[in-house]
Amino acid sequence: MEHIVIIGNGISGVTVARHIRKNSDKKITIVSAEHKYFFSRTALMYVYMGHMKFEHTQPYENWFWEKNNIELKKGYVAKVDTENKNLEFSNGTSLTYSKLIIATGSKPNKFGWPGQDLEGVMGMYHKKDLEKLEKHAPDNKTCKRAVIVGGGLIGIELAEMLRSRDIPVTFLVREDSFWNGVLPAQESKMINNHIKEHHIDLRLNTNLKEIKSDELGKVSSIIIEETGEEIFCNVVGLTAGVTPNIDFLKDTNIETKKGVLVNRFLETNIKDIYAIGDCAEQHEAIGQRRNIEAVWYTGRMMGEALAQTICGNKTEYKPGHWFNSAKFLDIEYQTYGWVFSEKNKQENEAYFQWKHPKQHKCITISFDKNSNKFLGINTFGIRMRHEIFDQWLTENKSIEHVLEYLADANFDPEFYSLHEKEIVNKFNIENNTNIQLKKKSWKRIFS
Amino acid sequence: MKIIKNSGLIIFLVGLAIFIGTIFSGTFNLKQAELDSFLQEQNYKNTLIKSALQEAAVTNEDLNIFEFSSRVRKAYQKSNDYYDQQIAKYEAEKNWDKKGEQYQYKINGKPHTLSFNLAKKAGKGFVTENPSLAWFLTFGLGIIGALLFILPNLILLGKPGIKNDGIYHDSATNRGFIAWMVLIFLVSFYLVLYFFADYVVNWTFILDPISETLGGRPASQWFVYGFLYCTVMLTMGVRMFIKYRHNKYQIVRTISVLFFQIVFAFLIPEIMASLQMPEYDFKNAFPLDYDFFFEWNLKSLAETGGIGIFILVWGIVLTLVIVPVMVYFFGKRWYCSWVCGCGGLAETLGDPYRQHSNKSLNAWKLERWLIHSVLVFSLVMTLVTLYCYFTGAQSFLGINSQWIKDSYSFLIGAWFAGVIGTGFYPIFGNRVWCRFGCPLAAYLGLVQRFKSRFRITTNGGQCISCGNCSTYCEQGIDVRAYAQKGENIVRSSCVGCGVCSAVCPRGVLKLENGPENGRINPTEILLGNDVDLMELINDK
Repeated sequence: MEHIVIIGNGISGVTVARHIRKNSDKKITIVSAEHKYFFSRTALMYVYMGHMKFEHTQPYENWFWEKNNIELKKGYVAKVDTENKNLEFSNGTSLTYSKLIIATGSKPNKFGWPGQDLEGVMGMYHKKDLEKLEKHAPDNKTCKRAVIVGGGLIGIELAEMLRSRDIPVTFLVREDSFWNGVLPAQESKMINNHIKEHHIDLRLNTNLKEIKSDELGKVSSIIIEETGEEIFCNVVGLTAGVTPNIDFLKDTNIETKKGVLVNRFLETNIKDIYAIGDCAEQHEAIGQRRNIEAVWYTGRMMGEALAQTICGNKTEYKPGHWFNSAKFLDIEYQTYGWVFSEKNKQENEAYFQWKHPKQHKCITISFDKNSNKFLGINTFGIRMRHEIFDQWLTENKSIEHVLEYLADANFDPEFYSLHEKEIVNKFNIENNTNIQLKKKSWKRIFS
Repeated sequence: MKIIKNSGLIIFLVGLAIFIGTIFSGTFNLKQAELDSFLQEQNYKNTLIKSALQEAAVTNEDLNIFEFSSRVRKAYQKSNDYYDQQIAKYEAEKNWDKKGEQYQYKINGKPHTLSFNLAKKAGKGFVTENPSLAWFLTFGLGIIGALLFILPNLILLGKPGIKNDGIYHDSATNRGFIAWMVLIFLVSFYLVLYFFADYVVNWTFILDPISETLGGRPASQWFVYGFLYCTVMLTMGVRMFIKYRHNKYQIVRTISVLFFQIVFAFLIPEIMASLQMPEYDFKNAFPLDYDFFFEWNLKSLAETGGIGIFILVWGIVLTLVIVPVMVYFFGKRWYCSWVCGCGGLAETLGDPYRQHSNKSLNAWKLERWLIHSVLVFSLVMTLVTLYCYFTGAQSFLGINSQWIKDSYSFLIGAWFAGVIGTGFYPIFGNRVWCRFGCPLAAYLGLVQRFKSRFRITTNGGQCISCGNCSTYCEQGIDVRAYAQKGENIVRSSCVGCGVCSAVCPRGVLKLENGPENGRINPTEILLGNDVDLMELINDK
C-alpha cells in the first residue's frame, strides 16, 4: 500500500492527512518533533494569557488519530534520502515513504543582530517559545521589562500576551507607523493609538542595534540603533517575520529558494515529493499573492488541494479571493479582496474610507478609479460576511453595489450598532452620488 | 484599585461569615400558648403529639436550633411510632376498621418541616429582635463587599473587549482550592435548604419584614432562597455588565434574565400571595415546572376560580404553543438564556465557571442519554398523575402515583436541579442542570434541532481553530469542530448565550434566525479555495 509521510503536523500537514483519509485508505504517517498531537499554533498566545489550557488548543481528541488510522510519529527528520525514498531521524531510526509531503512551516526571522541567540531571546511561533516565555516572563517580578522587535501580527500578539501579566513592554517598529506596509494610514494610525492605550511603549522608526547580555549569558538590555539608547529588559521577542523552516533539506536535491519550490500542483522538482503551507514557495506568484504565504488559511487550502492530487484527482492549487483576519488587542480586523497600503497602492486603486468618530471602528474599501470595480475591503471593529464578499468579488461588482447592499454583509452580533447609513452617506457626499442603502435580506444572504 | 477590590472581598467574607453564623445564634423554646395555637392551626386529630411536643419544646431552657429540632423530631417520631404500633396491632388482630382509623392520627410531612414550623414560632434572640440590622450585617455587607470587589474591574479590565486573562491561572476559576471551597459551600447550602430547613430558620427571621411587606406572611425558606437568588443574580449581573460592556447582545440578554427572575419569578408570586391568589411563576413552563399537573396544584387552581383557570390555561398554552412557536422563530435561547431563572443564575453566578463544561464526545453521549431520560421520566410521571387525578386510582400501569412523584421531586427536583446542578458549578461548569437534566431544555432542544430558524452561522473560511469558542461554551458544544469546517451549528443543546461569538478573535460566529432552507450545510471544502475545486468535490 502507498505510504504517505507528512513532515509537520500544523494546519497544512493535518489538513492534507485528513482529506487523504476522507478519500482513500492509504497508509498515512505524520511526523512531528514539536508535539505529538495537532494543536492550533495561533492559539498558543491564549495559553500564556490564561484564556485556555494547552489541551484546549487541540481540535481533535487524542483517540481521533488512531480511529482514523493516521499514524503519529514523534521525531526530528535529520536527512531526506530522495533516491531510496527514506527519512532518517536524528535518533538514528528511519522511515520509508511512497510519497512525501513537506509541511514544516516557518521559523522566526533573525537578521544577524549581535546577541540574538542569548538566553531570554525568543520568537513566538513554536510551542517551545511558549515554554521559554513562561520560564523567562512568568510575571512582572521575574521580567521587569520585555522588548519586542518587529512590527507585525506576531509582535502585537506577543505584546498583548505580556501585558496580560502586567509586564512593561517596549515595542520597536522599523516603520514610521505600525504595519503600514500592509494597512492604509488611517488604520495603521488607529492601531498605533490603540497600542499606546494598552500602555505599550511603542517606538516607531526604531531599529534594534544589539542585544546585550549579563555575566550569565542572559539578556540584560538592548541598544537602539538610531539613538543609542539602552533599554534594560529580561526578555527580547524577535517577531520580524518568519522564514520557511527547511534547513534539514540543505543537502538534498530538492530545489529550494527561500522555501521549497513548488509548481501549481504543489509538486517539487523531485517526483512524489510535495510541499505545502508556510514552507512552500511558488515559482511564480499566483495573482497578486506572494510566492510564500505564511497564513493559516492558505496552508489549509493547500492541504485540501494536495489531498485531491494524492488521491488521484490531479488538482491545481488555485486559491480564490484573498481574505485574512487578525485581532489587534481589542480591535478585530478582517479583509476581503485586495486593499493595498498607500505604499503599495496600485495605479488604478482608489480608497473610500470611513471612520467612527469615537470608537475604534473603520473601513477602507478599495476600488478601481476608472471602472468603479470593487477591489477589496478592510474592516476594523465591524465583522463582515465572508461568503458575500467572495461572491461580490467573483461577480466583479462595483463599489456602488457593495455600499448599496452593505447591510447584507454585516456579521456583527445582534443588537450591535450599525453604521451602514453613515458609511453610505459619506460616500454619497464625497462622490456626489445618491446610493440608497438596501435593507438586509435573508433571501440575498443565503441564496 | 487592588486595595478596593481586596477590602471588598474582606467585607463580603465578613458578611458571609455572619450570615452563616446567624444559624447558630438565637434561642428556641415554646410557650404553652404558642404550641396550642400551632396545634389548632394544624388541626391534628391525635392528642399524643400534643403531650409529646409539650414535653419536648415547652420549656424555659434556651435551646439552640439543633437541640430544638432534635427534640421536636423525637416527639414526632414518638407519636408516629405509637400509631405504627397500633396499626401493626390491629393488623395482627385483623381488625381492619380500627387499623384504617389509625392512619388519620399519623403526622404527615417531614419531621424537619414540623420542626421548621415550630421553630418559626419559637425563635428568639438578636436576629428576631433586630432583623434590619441583621439584614445589613449579612445581605448588606455581602452586597457592598461584592460590589466593591466587582466595580474596580471597570478600570482593571482595561479597554472594553473580551478579557479572559488569567482565568486558568486563578484557583477560583481553574478548579483550585477556592473552587472546591465554593463547591462545598453551595452543596451544603442546597442540602440544608432542601432537607434541613429548620436549621436555617434564623435566615427566615432576617427576611420576615420584607416578606411581610411583599406577600403579607412570614418568610419561608423558599422566600430566603428566592430573595438570595435575586440578590446574587443582580450582583453578579453587574459583573456581567462590566465584563461584557462592549457586547450589546450580552447586556440586553442579562437585563432580560434579571427582569424575568425578579419580576416574574419573585415579585409577582409574592404579590399574588398577598392577594390570596395562588402563587404562580408565569414564565415557568412545564415540564421544568414539574408539579404543575400535581393534584394539589390542580385542586388549588380549580378552587381559586377565574385566576386559577387562567393560570391553568396559560400553563398549558405556554408549554404547547408559545414554547414551540418561539423556539421555531428564535431558537431555545429565548427561554434558556433570556427568560429562565435556572439559566439566569447560570449566566450570572455561573459565568466565571463556564469554561469547565466537558467538551468530549463521551460527555455528549452521556448528555443525550441523561437529558432525554429525564424528559421521559417527567412525562411518565405527569401521565400517571393525571390518570390518577381523573380516575381516582392509586396507580397506572403498575406505577404508583405518589411514589413516582416523590422520586422525581427528590432525584430530579432536589438533587439534580439543586445540589448537583448549582452546587457543582465550580467544577463541572455552570450549565450542568440545563445540559444534562432539564426536561424543558430537552423538549426545547428537540424543536430547535428539527424545526427552527435558529443556527450559529460560521463565517466562510475564517476560522483558525483556536478553540476559544469551544472552551467558553457552557453547554459543552465543541463549537470549533463545526466552525473549522465552515458548518452552521445546529445543536439541540445550544442555549444561544452568544459567548462563542463574543470570544471569537476572528469574528467567525454569529447567532442568527434565518430561513430554514440551507440551515444545515455540511461542507466538503471551505471557502477560499477556488470554486472549481468545490464543484469538483460536489459533483463527485
